[in-house]
Amino acid sequence: MKTLVWVEHDGSAVKDATLAVVTAASKLGEVHLLVAGEGVDAVAKEAAQIAGVGKVHVADNAAFGHNLPENVAPLIADLMGSHDAFLAPATTTGKNIAPRVAALLDVMQISEILSVEGEKSFTRPIYAGNAIATVESSDAKLVLTVRGTAFDKAATSGGSGTIEAVTAGGDAGTSSFVGAEIAKQDRPELTSAKIIVSGGRALGSSEKYEEVIVPLADKLGAALGASRAAVDAGYVPNDYQVGQTGKIVAPQVYFAIGISGAIQHLAGMKDSKTIVAINKDEDAPIFQVADFGLVADLFSAVPELTGKI
Amino acid sequence: MKILVPVKRVLDYNVKPRVKSDGTGVDLANVKMSMNPFDEIGVEEAIRLKEKGVATEIVAVSVGPAKAQETLRTALAMGADRAILVQTDDAVEPLAIAKILKAIADAEQPGLVILGKQAIDDDNNQTGQMLAALTGWAQGTFASAVAVDGDSVNVTREVDGGLETVKLKLPAIVTTDLRLNEPRYASLPNIMKAKSKPLDTKTPADYGVDTAPRVKVVKVSEPPVRSAGVKVADVDELVAKLKALGVHS
Repeated sequence: MKTLVWVEHDGSAVKDATLAVVTAASKLGEVHLLVAGEGVDAVAKEAAQIAGVGKVHVADNAAFGHNLPENVAPLIADLMGSHDAFLAPATTTGKNIAPRVAALLDVMQISEILSVEGEKSFTRPIYAGNAIATVESSDAKLVLTVRGTAFDKAATSGGSGTIEAVTAGGDAGTSSFVGAEIAKQDRPELTSAKIIVSGGRALGSSEKYEEVIVPLADKLGAALGASRAAVDAGYVPNDYQVGQTGKIVAPQVYFAIGISGAIQHLAGMKDSKTIVAINKDEDAPIFQVADFGLVADLFSAVPELTGKI
Repeated sequence: MKILVPVKRVLDYNVKPRVKSDGTGVDLANVKMSMNPFDEIGVEEAIRLKEKGVATEIVAVSVGPAKAQETLRTALAMGADRAILVQTDDAVEPLAIAKILKAIADAEQPGLVILGKQAIDDDNNQTGQMLAALTGWAQGTFASAVAVDGDSVNVTREVDGGLETVKLKLPAIVTTDLRLNEPRYASLPNIMKAKSKPLDTKTPADYGVDTAPRVKVVKVSEPPVRSAGVKVADVDELVAKLKALGVHS
């Protein structure tokens, strides 16, 4: 089987999410990549180094500069004439593009696969991760999005892909990019961090989040996360949200501080290796999944913890 | 302009799903069902656009069993003008739903279609994008702000790392994210009034759409259970556990 993997990048470097998708694709067959964007030579060269990669298709065109699905999906659909499967990371970019590709090809997409069970068989979570479905496609071509935390990352060196320019496609003329506000963070990215410190509603304010959660994260070199309640209350920006509708993470250690553990939150973090919960309510559902639980007032326990590690 | 709002009847988000012991699916017998939360946000946004004078009519659509009528009545009670139920007892996949919605969009000629970004039962996050592909319209997914301006709409989208804004030519497809708005509750008088609003019942065959599944569910199982952890007595004990794990400053 020939697979085509969407390379997610920021214009200068390949994003980590792509590496897990390469691993998933290699379980199906030959791995080809697609690097689309404007001025993406450096990204294409980097992509060609990824272990196990065959061909790297490079579509360099201003129309592909901001991943607009109206422009990018027809390009991918065109390339799928010579591929059997299209795989994209289950990031906001991948989720935006892949279903549009699937419909153009008249196939059903399989979203957020957790494992490859056979040539056309996969597992995926449903009901906020409360059930795992094993599914089998009967379509001629596969369109899949891949949950990054479920696959190991492919090595970023050792590959010798051949770079090939693609000239197809252009501006569909129905959409344009206006602008972006990307939150600046000097910390590890949430979805690839080894340690995550997350705060919930119990913090009470953004000041307390800064005062209690941030120093612990700084000390551990951890990424910052939050529950939906903390995001909705405005303590932190949206992209901190861990959960069914936010980011799905699986770090080595996840600190849930002042988070009760609603099923929507657990869906985003219950595959973490070790979960540490600090909550003053000893009946909070978070303690049912926590490896280490501390029943205590977070406003005294967390600063004490920060001081002692 | 007219706005089309597809809504789905799903297991209520507060109910913990139970996997059937025979592995055929999740037990939906005698459990509370509600409108998918992202769809409520879609209905609310359509109503706000009508209140601003941007929209003239709101048509709610659902594909599902006869009981999906209740979901449509909820949309009507919130403020939708009329509803279409495409009735079927089969499970219908996003691709087939998108084809049905395409046929409805061809007939109704809406200026905007506002869907939820995903349904909380199958967690697919596909239907809006697929409908956009089939109609050839632009898509503004994961919207946290929608501003119609003449013959285009600016959609602010929640993306990894922050927000981005795209400008889409109308007609267009928008899918809602959580922070787009706070849906209103239907008042009792409006619930009563909704009972007399028009609700058409159709079938997938009326739109010439084959709903045969492309993806077969082989089995549904419980997720792996985490082994029970321990409660530590104080911060010192927690620090010792963390150090044993190799977590140091």
